[in-house]
Amino acid sequence: MTTSRQEPLWARLLLIVSAVAVLGLFLLLPLLTVFAEALSKGLGHYLAALTDDDALASIRLTGLVALIAVPLNLVFGLAASWCIAKFEFRGKSLLISLIDLPFSVSPVISGLIFVLLFGLQGWLGPWLADHDIRIIFAAPGIVLATVFITFPFVARELIPLMEEQGTEEEEAAVVLGAGAFRIFWRVTLPNVKWGLLYGVLLCNARAMGEFGAVSVVSGHIRGLTNTMPLQVEILYNEYNFASAFAIASLLALLALVTLAAKSLLEWRLGLRGRH
Amino acid sequence: MSAAKSRVIPGFTPTLGYTLLYLSVIVLLPLAALFLKAAGMGWGDFVTAAFSPRVLAAYKLSFGGALAAAAINVFAGLLVAWVLVRYDFPGKKLLDALVDLPFALPTAVAGIALTSIYGPKGIIGGPLLSWGIKVAYTPLGVLVAMTFIGLPFVVRTVQPVLQDFEAEHEEAAASLGANRWQVFCLVILPAILPALLTGFALAFSRAVGEYGSVIFIAGNMPGLSEIAPLLIVTKLEQYDYRGATAIASVMLVASFLLLLVVNSLQKWRRDRFAGV
Repeated sequence: MTTSRQEPLWARLLLIVSAVAVLGLFLLLPLLTVFAEALSKGLGHYLAALTDDDALASIRLTGLVALIAVPLNLVFGLAASWCIAKFEFRGKSLLISLIDLPFSVSPVISGLIFVLLFGLQGWLGPWLADHDIRIIFAAPGIVLATVFITFPFVARELIPLMEEQGTEEEEAAVVLGAGAFRIFWRVTLPNVKWGLLYGVLLCNARAMGEFGAVSVVSGHIRGLTNTMPLQVEILYNEYNFASAFAIASLLALLALVTLAAKSLLEWRLGLRGRH
Repeated sequence: MSAAKSRVIPGFTPTLGYTLLYLSVIVLLPLAALFLKAAGMGWGDFVTAAFSPRVLAAYKLSFGGALAAAAINVFAGLLVAWVLVRYDFPGKKLLDALVDLPFALPTAVAGIALTSIYGPKGIIGGPLLSWGIKVAYTPLGVLVAMTFIGLPFVVRTVQPVLQDFEAEHEEAAASLGANRWQVFCLVILPAILPALLTGFALAFSRAVGEYGSVIFIAGNMPGLSEIAPLLIVTKLEQYDYRGATAIASVMLVASFLLLLVVNSLQKWRRDRFAGV
C-alpha cells in the first residue's frame, strides 16, 4: 500500500478504535450478556433449566422442525438452481425475484398468511376441522411457517455459483453418455458442494432461530408447540430470566458455531462479504 | 450462448416444474390469500382497520425507527467496512466474523440480551438512566434494536466494493494535489455510493418488518412504543383477523415497493461498473 493511500497514524488509530468500539458495544456485549445472565444463578440452576421437561420438549421440536424444513428447501434449492443456471428461458429474472420474496416479508406476516389459510376462520379451516386435521397451533403450521421463512437460503447460494460454473462439464458428460442423475451426482454436485453446505448452514440457523413467524402459528402450548425461541419468550415474560437466558445460550452457541463454520466456508469458497 | 446452453443437458422440464409448483404452494398462494382476504373487506372497513390512529402511530414508529436506524447504520457500517478493508490490526478476522452476528443470532435472543443491557439496571442502561436518558421501554429502545439488526447489511454491501476499488484512482487524485479528505469525498465516496444506498435500503426493509428483537425492549405501549408487526399479532390474538390482514397488506405493499427500489439500485450498480 503506497503512502498516498494511507491516512495519518492518528486518524487510522481513531478509526480502528471507533470501529472496534461499535462492534464491541453493539455486537459482542449482547453475546456476552446472554452467557453471563444464563449463569447468573450458578451452574446448577443453568443445567436444571436446560433439562426441564418443557425445555427438552422445545429443543426436540426445534430439531424436528429444522429436520423437515431444511431438507425441503435443500431439494427445492437444487431444482431451482439447476433450471435457472443451466438453461435459458423467458421470465427467469422474475422467477429469481420471486424466490427471494420471503426475505422481504415481515416474519409476523409470514405466519399470518398461514393462519389465514389454515386457521379456524381461514379458507381451508372448516374443511380441516371436519377432517380433524390440525395445522395452526400445531407442529405442521410451525414447519410451514419455517419453510416459508427459510425458503430462499439454499437457492440463492446455488444459483450464482452454478451460473459461474457454466454448462461445459455437464455437456461433456452428456456426450460421454451419462444420464441425468449421474451428471448431477458426479459432475454438478462436487462442483457446488461447499456453496451448498453454506446455504444449508444459513438455512438451518434461521430455521432453528425463527421467532416471529413461528410465534403467530404456534399457539404457545407448553411442552407441545413451543420451539426454543418461543420457550425463551415465555420464560422471560414470567420474569424467569436465568432460565430464559439458559435456553437462549444454546441458541447463541448455535449462532457462534454457524458463524465459525461460515467463516471457514467463505475462506474455502474464496468468498468475501456474502450473506 | 442461449442456443448452446439449452436442451443438451437433461432435466429442464422436471426441475422447472417442481420449482414453480413449490414456489406457488409455499409462497405465492399464501401471499395471494392475504390479498384476497383484504380485497374481500370492502374499502371502508379496510381504511378503518388499516389507518386508525393507533395503527398510524405504529406505522410511524416502524417506518420512522427503521429510517433512523438505517441512517445510523450507513455511518457505522461504512466505518466498520472501511476499517476491516483498509487497516490491519490484531483480532481483525474475529471482528469480521462477528459482523454477521445479527444474522445468525435468533431475534428473540438478541431482544432479551439488548433489553438486559439497556434496561434500568443494565450495564449501559443504568448509567444512561442516571443521566436522565431512558432507553428500554421507549421508542429509543426500538431504535437500538433496529440498528443492531441492520448493521451487517451496510457492512456486507460496502465491504466488497471497497475491496475492489482500484488504487490508481486514489493515487491519481493524490498526485493532482488532493488531500485525503478530498480523495475520500470526491473519489471514493461516489464509487461506493450505490453500495451504501443498497445497504441502507436493505437495513431499512429488514427493520420495518422486524419483530423478535424489538418487542422485548420496546415496552409496547399503544400509540407510543408499539411497532406495526406487534399490532398484527395483537389483533390476531383478539381474533380480529380482518384488522390484522389490513395492516399486513399495507406493510406488504410497502415491502414490495422497497424490494423494487433495492432491485433497481442493484441494477444501477451493475450498469455503472459494467463498463469499467
